[in-house]
Amino acid sequence: MSKSNFTRRGLLKTGAVTGAGLAMPTIFTSGAAAFTNEPTGNTVTFGFNVPQTGPYADEGLDELRAQELAVEHINGMGDGGMLNTFSSKALDGTGILGKKADFVTGDTQTKSDAARASAKSMIEKDGVVMINGGSSSGVAVAVQGLCQEAGIIFMAGLTHSNDTTGKDRKANGFRHFFNAYMSGAALAPVLKEAYGTDRRAYHLTADYTWGWTQQESIQSATEALGWETVNNVLTPVGAGDFSSYITPVMNSGADVLILNHYGGDMINSLTQAVQFGLRDAQANGKNFEIVVPLYSELMAAGAGENIKGVYGSMNWNWQLSDAGTQAFVKSFGEKYGRPPSNSAHTCYVQTLLYADAVTRAGSFNPCAVAEALEGFEFDGLGNGPTLYRAEDHQCFKDVLVMKGAENPTTEYDTLEIVEQTAVEQVMYEPNHPMFGGDDATLGECNDGA
Amino acid sequence: MDAIILQILNGLDKGSAYALIALGLTLIFGTLGVVNFAHGALFMIGAFVAVTLQRIFNLSTEHVDPTKTDFLGNPLKVKVPYVESWFGPEVGAALIDWSVPIAIVLAIPVMLLVGFVMERGLIKHFYKRPHADQILVTFGLAIVLQELVKYFFGANPIQTGAPDAFSGSMDFGVLLGFDPNTIMYPYWRLVYFLFAAIVIGGVFAFLQFTTFGMVVRAGMADRETVGLLGINIDKRFTIMFGLAAAVAGVAGVMYTPILAPNYHMGMDFLVLSFVVVVVGGMGSLPGAVAAGFLLGILQSFASMNEIKSLIPGIDQVIIYLVAILILLTRPRGLLGRAGVMEE
Repeated sequence: MSKSNFTRRGLLKTGAVTGAGLAMPTIFTSGAAAFTNEPTGNTVTFGFNVPQTGPYADEGLDELRAQELAVEHINGMGDGGMLNTFSSKALDGTGILGKKADFVTGDTQTKSDAARASAKSMIEKDGVVMINGGSSSGVAVAVQGLCQEAGIIFMAGLTHSNDTTGKDRKANGFRHFFNAYMSGAALAPVLKEAYGTDRRAYHLTADYTWGWTQQESIQSATEALGWETVNNVLTPVGAGDFSSYITPVMNSGADVLILNHYGGDMINSLTQAVQFGLRDAQANGKNFEIVVPLYSELMAAGAGENIKGVYGSMNWNWQLSDAGTQAFVKSFGEKYGRPPSNSAHTCYVQTLLYADAVTRAGSFNPCAVAEALEGFEFDGLGNGPTLYRAEDHQCFKDVLVMKGAENPTTEYDTLEIVEQTAVEQVMYEPNHPMFGGDDATLGECNDGA
Repeated sequence: MDAIILQILNGLDKGSAYALIALGLTLIFGTLGVVNFAHGALFMIGAFVAVTLQRIFNLSTEHVDPTKTDFLGNPLKVKVPYVESWFGPEVGAALIDWSVPIAIVLAIPVMLLVGFVMERGLIKHFYKRPHADQILVTFGLAIVLQELVKYFFGANPIQTGAPDAFSGSMDFGVLLGFDPNTIMYPYWRLVYFLFAAIVIGGVFAFLQFTTFGMVVRAGMADRETVGLLGINIDKRFTIMFGLAAAVAGVAGVMYTPILAPNYHMGMDFLVLSFVVVVVGGMGSLPGAVAAGFLLGILQSFASMNEIKSLIPGIDQVIIYLVAILILLTRPRGLLGRAGVMEE
């Protein structure tokens, strides 16, 4: 006669332990692997986390196009694009360390919680080794934190807030895109040349992390020129009608309006400022001017003729004449029938740079990859010689100052490059006060082991 | 003083849009008893009728210009709109320039049709269901409509300008005795205010001075009795749904030069317009119009720097604060009938 050892209490204990084990995310239980999502088969999977729905869906679509192209080039398909001009020759078009690159996509919806959920799903269910892309600083900071906890590499997409590689910098996160400080530093000399040193600026600022750092940066840069800041008014994101915020500008004593807005907000606020006659107005004996510190191609297309003559800045533009840019524009243009946006460029080169770093490191271990990216200097991916600074994982390269074209010939050349500002002019110390000061640290790299 | 006048003008302008949408919302609630959360989507569809017409006018034939190149270095394909080929450059350019006002002619039948299909195809099945069901189904419909628009037109706002004749600003201050350039106000916003006043006046006149309107008003007061008199009130109410859709649609068409249309503009306006209806009184047409302008002006004043410095963030919550106040002290709304929302 057999005796059963099962007891009600024992069963509950076993059940609780088993349940807890099952409930624990797999990213924290990858005990068998040396690091999170160590690739074991013939393929390695990237996670492209971009807005596929919501207000930045068009930008996300362009990022996806570029990332798909990058994977093709890594796997030896197409014409190779920027691999032909990249100064590092580690990638040879046969994949990465003998594995074919593959990808899955997630939808950030430009919402931090949705972006984290889609990133988490790609890490846990699809086993991705890195997350790339996005079109918001709030989202970038949120997903960067998740990737740090999970132990995989995060390559941020279009994120321009100082915080991403400032107070919120992480050891597992890297940013190719420029930031608000760099925009201010690049724009200031051009604004001085165009509008002089005796100006009074009025700021309208999107009321969230990017808007705040953008406003702080451009205010600091213009005040260093001698400009006076008349007022800074925070506006709700997605306000639509900015008329109540624009009308006080007219009789405020200001002669420059700086619109720290992005996307649909920028399109509406700029259009409405022009409708209210600000661009044709005179103030303090000078022509009234409007400045938009951060431009994108999609915003420029949306704003139409209203951007004519308006200064701003960009990370990269398809009209650059360097060999890398021309190779990328040719690949992208022939495949999709349009030139790539600067967010597409960022996501494309980040995919190549990650693959290159893995190859140089000889491992997919995120800490080895991070070490390969830290302090990495290269050329041939647009904007000239480029550095991924080790101290904060911010990319440093030339910044473009743009102006709305007076006579565009197509929908794609509504912006023209005014100046390619040298990287030395936009450099800053890693412990700069706008970037978290001495308190900001990367922390320890996490490989999830 | 100039700042106050400017904010009153801004408020009247915002209020015009709120009043036009709220008018349709309250008309549908008053006649059919339906809380239509898809009404903002009708405003958005109207705006995209203007976008569509602009695109139709811009349909082009392409010819190669060997003197210019595209971004890949190939000879540039230059587009010439068909309307310019057919009617000559001047007439063609004028059609494109005036596409927004012309779109009203297209929007009225389109919106009547959309309203008719929406009411007969879906909403009539929810007349006898609880308001919660009506809200859920119409909210779902609004999301479906906005996703359809996004699929066809993309997520980016689409610039749809006013005719060149109305693109500048008017020196409004001079009319009031101020110095030149003190109160500049865009022509198109003044046009929008006049347009809203005409549409609102037209709807009121239609309901007040026509037999059809009289029957509808009687039906709003006592649907059962009107039905017992042998009048097919349902048919008239369906027509009123179409009329409400058309009002929202033309409001959307004319708003496109003020706000570049995007797929979620309807949802942005819906919430505010719903608050307008509640403040004005559910089912009260004069209440919706009065509350629309009142809340528009209040919102504009709350955006003034002087007010914001006293109460930060007040511009974003003022409308909801007023709604709470009204619901606490006068649940039927400013001009609502006794008994509505009070039982």
